[in-house]
Amino acid sequence: MDLHLIWFILVGILLAGYAILDGFDLGVGALHLFARGDNERRLMINSIGPVWDGNEVWLVTGGGAIFAAFPDVYATLASGFYLAVYLLIFSLIFRAVAIEFRSKQPFAWWRQSWDVAFSVASILCAFLLGVVIGNLIWGIPLGADKEFHGTFLGLLNPYALLCGATVLSVCMMHGSIYVVMKTEGEFHDKVRYWVQNCIIFFVICYVILTMATMLYAPHMVDRLKLYPILFLIPVIKLLAIANIPRSISKGWDSFAFFSSCTAIVLFMLLFGLGIFPNMALSNPGPQFSLTIYNASSSPKTLGTMLIIALIGMPIVIAYTISIYWIFRGKVKLDEHSY
Amino acid sequence: MGLLMLSRIQFAVTIMFHFIYPPMSIGLGLIIVIMESMYMITRKPLYHKMTKFWVKMFGLNFAIGVATGLVMEFEFGTNWSTYSRYVGDVFGSALAAEGVFAFFLESGFLAILLFGWDKVSPRMHWLSALLVCLGAHFSAIWIIVAGSWMQTPAGFHIVGQGLTARAEITDFWAMVFNPSSMERLAHVLVASWLTGAFFVLSVSAYYLLNKRHLEFAKASMRVGLTVALIAAAGQMITGRIGAETVARYQPTKLAVMEGHFAANAPADMYLFGYVDEKGRQVRYGLRIPGLVSYLMHGDPNAPVVGINSFKKEDLPPINIVFQTYHFMIAIGVFLLLLSITCLVYFLRGKLFETRWLLRILVPAVLLPQIANQCGWMTAEIGRQPWIVYGLLRTSQGLSKAIQANAVLASLIMFTFIYLLLFVLYIYLFDSKIRQGPVDANYDTHGHRAD
Repeated sequence: MDLHLIWFILVGILLAGYAILDGFDLGVGALHLFARGDNERRLMINSIGPVWDGNEVWLVTGGGAIFAAFPDVYATLASGFYLAVYLLIFSLIFRAVAIEFRSKQPFAWWRQSWDVAFSVASILCAFLLGVVIGNLIWGIPLGADKEFHGTFLGLLNPYALLCGATVLSVCMMHGSIYVVMKTEGEFHDKVRYWVQNCIIFFVICYVILTMATMLYAPHMVDRLKLYPILFLIPVIKLLAIANIPRSISKGWDSFAFFSSCTAIVLFMLLFGLGIFPNMALSNPGPQFSLTIYNASSSPKTLGTMLIIALIGMPIVIAYTISIYWIFRGKVKLDEHSY
Repeated sequence: MGLLMLSRIQFAVTIMFHFIYPPMSIGLGLIIVIMESMYMITRKPLYHKMTKFWVKMFGLNFAIGVATGLVMEFEFGTNWSTYSRYVGDVFGSALAAEGVFAFFLESGFLAILLFGWDKVSPRMHWLSALLVCLGAHFSAIWIIVAGSWMQTPAGFHIVGQGLTARAEITDFWAMVFNPSSMERLAHVLVASWLTGAFFVLSVSAYYLLNKRHLEFAKASMRVGLTVALIAAAGQMITGRIGAETVARYQPTKLAVMEGHFAANAPADMYLFGYVDEKGRQVRYGLRIPGLVSYLMHGDPNAPVVGINSFKKEDLPPINIVFQTYHFMIAIGVFLLLLSITCLVYFLRGKLFETRWLLRILVPAVLLPQIANQCGWMTAEIGRQPWIVYGLLRTSQGLSKAIQANAVLASLIMFTFIYLLLFVLYIYLFDSKIRQGPVDANYDTHGHRAD
């Protein structure tokens, strides 16, 4: 196991952490406008209130880790996806300030505007992250100079849009289960009903995406063919997905959430196995792909950062778990709430 | 306008707008820790009320800091990708360390600070305040290390040639403790304390002038004034040390900051002036002969390298660096004098009734902010035309895959969104300040008991 591979895995862990944590934040945002009345919407926002900020840090640190470990990947993708990156950033800004500003004034128009901003930004954000993933699977036109030679519209190809819809549907399903877990009473029963619809939306996207991947991006399953034992991953993933409606109908909300987290982590694992050793596949011209070897920092830096990660991340994970523990249980509105 | 200029403007707009908020978070973080510590020791409800009020301000400020900071992380890659490839090995590791050691800490314990009042013990809440404050300070460390490395690179070697050349770390600690990083860190952290302190002083003075929340305002002002005095005095020391380092490692920049043209002559210190770049002299200025030479070499007649010793293409814009530098110092000196004046009145027991002084303190909240921006401009514009001093020119650091119209589009969006954010920020701060701290006769749900 070399340092490049270790950092590929570590970046994967950071992004998987982001996916399961901010995944439900984005899902709650995407579903926000379905909640009616100020009280329901406050419950939605406050269910993620204390944690959304920390969850977003996983993306910030994931981005920082890519910059540090694979500077060429960071430079090529950020400049190549220029407009997409800024759309993503603008939506993250609006999400953050919408959560923070909404509760600061009581006027109906004020709150309604921030509700719309919060929801639209969350949907856009989840969708764009999916589009980026889709392009990394499909491949992007790179040159021998490691630069992106495509266009913004080229990024919006059908496969990438399908990935965008799928990521949005995953977030909505994940978020709806999270809200079920965090609420009680009448609103809880209402959201339980949303979960079913979100699962249907997700399954439709998931089946179409799987078929499209088999047909148009078969390289994603090459490694599974090579090592048949890995076929267990999609099997477990399917079982986890199937367990979601089962757990919800039996009222095991936490088990449903756990299954949803498992499914997301396995999605990321399959994605990682599919693209490895490329970080950015070049299409056309696969010889220009940025791999974990030709796009990385020096072994010295990778080694130094590994020490930083080994010291820092266990502490981060320990206190993140403690903070979730402190804010466990059903959300209650009080004077400190949003 | 070309790609280079648009990208530079966009970077300036986004970084300067971002830089309004983190210093406030750092300074206010420190003040919150002081106040909550006072509560833990004395258990006086007043200190609890103070902590709660300033935490509310902190939360609002922090949110915008995070939202605008996110931009910065990706902007290196979007607009300056050649630079990112060049420095990634050095710069990226500092940025990643910032995420691991600072951002998680800050945002994690912020949850308890903001929402955990009734969920954890007072001691745990106090600890969270301390950790958020530490996290805010840590976040300054890594980004300033990275920024200082761009001013005074150390602990690296250049690998490859031409288009594929890049800096690689040879000595991590030499990179972290590069010649300007620790003193720049001290200068920025102390500036942040000053920013937080004058915010507290300003709001407290406003309450005193309006005869509202008097006990609250007086107690807050005592804390704010203590921090302000220490920070204002500290800024003189850290600023002085910083200038010496600039003189040693970036002689071009020092000559420009001081407006010293003559190639090899004793340097005078201008208190103010206008740099005539064509006429190659400072006009309408007030100067103290030989003071720069004296400060640098202990001898007013010692020669100092001047602007005329350098080629034009290696010089930053002179007047703007000169002016921002002098403006920053003027504000620093004024804030020190103001703090001392407040102390004198405080010791005579008259501070809270001296209306003219309180009237100065209310708008004085802007001064540290302006000084921060000026200091930033001095440091960053003064480094031009280099993006990494002496190694990589700003014009060479640009992305190759972007077009000017895309940058123009994002710049317009940023301008629009940031203006909106700024107006809302001021509006919400204003309304929270007018509303004032929640009194003890409010019950736990924030409703008036009567």
